Amino acid sequence: MSNTQNEQAKINTSFEENYIDENIKMDTDGKVKAFVKKFMKRKTAVAAFFVMFLLLILALVGPSLAPYAPDAFDYNNMLSGPTAAHPFGTDQFGRDILSRIMAGAPLTLGVALSSVIVGATIGTVLGLLSGYYGGWIEMLVMRGADVLFSFPDILLAIAIVACLGPGIVNVFIAVAVFTVPSFARIMRSATLAVKGSLYVEVARSLGCKDGRILFKHIFPGTIQSLIVNFTMRIGSAIMAASSLSFLGFGANVTDPEWGAMLSQGRSYLATAPHMVYLPGLVIFVTVLAFNLFGDGLRDTLDPKIK
Amino acid sequence: MGRYVARRLLETIPLMVIISIVVFMFIHLIPGDPAKTLAGVEAPLEEVEAIREELGLNDPLIVQYVNWVKDALKGDLGRSFKSDLPVTELIWSRFQFTIQLVFAGLIWAPFVGIFIGVMCAIKRGTFVDLGGMLFAICGLSAPGFWLGLMGIQFFSVKMGLLPSGGLGTLKHLILPSMVMGTGIMATLARYSRSSMLETLREDYVRTARAKGQREQIVMFRHAFMNSLIQVVTILGLQIGGLLSGSVLTETIFSIPGMGRLLTDSIAYRDYPTIQGILLMFALQYVLINLIVDVLYGVINPKIRYD
Repeated sequence: MSNTQNEQAKINTSFEENYIDENIKMDTDGKVKAFVKKFMKRKTAVAAFFVMFLLLILALVGPSLAPYAPDAFDYNNMLSGPTAAHPFGTDQFGRDILSRIMAGAPLTLGVALSSVIVGATIGTVLGLLSGYYGGWIEMLVMRGADVLFSFPDILLAIAIVACLGPGIVNVFIAVAVFTVPSFARIMRSATLAVKGSLYVEVARSLGCKDGRILFKHIFPGTIQSLIVNFTMRIGSAIMAASSLSFLGFGANVTDPEWGAMLSQGRSYLATAPHMVYLPGLVIFVTVLAFNLFGDGLRDTLDPKIK
Repeated sequence: MGRYVARRLLETIPLMVIISIVVFMFIHLIPGDPAKTLAGVEAPLEEVEAIREELGLNDPLIVQYVNWVKDALKGDLGRSFKSDLPVTELIWSRFQFTIQLVFAGLIWAPFVGIFIGVMCAIKRGTFVDLGGMLFAICGLSAPGFWLGLMGIQFFSVKMGLLPSGGLGTLKHLILPSMVMGTGIMATLARYSRSSMLETLREDYVRTARAKGQREQIVMFRHAFMNSLIQVVTILGLQIGGLLSGSVLTETIFSIPGMGRLLTDSIAYRDYPTIQGILLMFALQYVLINLIVDVLYGVINPKIRYD
């Protein structure tokens, strides 16, 4: 490379660093403030955010705060309904259901969150690449997504668990795979929308490398779709993971996983319905919180859908 | 129109081929040697060899695939490991129960869902809107197995009004139909609300009002009928979800349908049956989407000329 070319390249990058990135940064700062202000007006979404936040705290510290050990048997208090000592009642071995729900929070939420994170990352990269490059990559990724979509909902997760065998790790893999296609599709269309923007055009004409354009210029433009879909998918991941455990393909029956607890309670429906009501209620509230928060995010970020 | 249908039909062929490859590969994706897995840990070597021969696992993959597809096209999906019955026969005997459930869900959910959505759109911003949408998101967040078990506890155990499981009379279908339909009702309520709001903003609605058309006719003929176009597509996608929802519903209410057959087969590692059911579910899904797309072309003439 000649000296002048080198110099030109330097000017290009410094122009880009100082001008474009600075501009985008200023823009995002203002946007975040405006976003928070708009979001705070949505009361249900703010409430959902607090519930979600509490649940995440519960997943972190719940097991150590639980009033009883999750597997402490108490044969004098079997199948007792809610009392002062056991606010959520006890199960068939006299284990405290509230403590089990608290101890199970990291399990249920952990599997859902981690699988969505992994699935979202893979799906996002595939979506970005197929939207940006098009051609055979796009065809391959989109046809792959079509195939995965033809096994609707938890059926795909069930198929994967059928193949790998039951167990919580396989549930994690199954839910992650089941998350990939939706991100791949959404991120592809978001990429296509951003790809034609002027600032991408400018970056390209300044000689930016593909990787830099993709991750520094296109990716930030797609982040809204990513965040909204991410929150929405956590709700469905919790539902899928607990459904699998309910069917007996996920957590061990002895684990305090919420879906597995519900499936245990099934046999005592006539005598101790609280064993079904309460763990189910916790799953419901959790999924509802994530969905309401996701709705609020979507309406704030993209008011035209509303 | 004929050309549109033909093109749409041709487009499904590659998808069907890929689905068949995925389902075929299923047995090869099981970690370890499938023949050994099938024979059991302590099986003698000859038995493993016999199974391998029987399944044709010694042939090159491509030969195995072609043979499998040839048989499948003739309606032969192999024999169940558990009952030694032909898989197609097994699936067929269970199919009617699953279809009953799907219809039981479809008979009320789309209508109620669309009604709620349209009412919310017309009364936008009022308590009707808030209540309807809160109801919809609750329906979306409540795990079906929880709703089902609570339904059994309340209507069967406590009130003694409805049977707790099995099929036979119309009464048997009430609770399963509630579990099957809730999700679809909630989703359609949300989509038809936003679709209706979008059409209400269209110029032709304004024109209809401007020329003095009666409000009921504007709402029904101009706005509602046009908003249905989007809703039909979503309905098609949701029917796939109904198929997989049958897995949970059949487990809760002890109904011997395809979903139950799938979970039982997974527990017994009955691979040919699992393979057959997965293929059936995927083909049904592709078929339903094909029908929906053709219907879409019928109700929306614009799409045919794209």
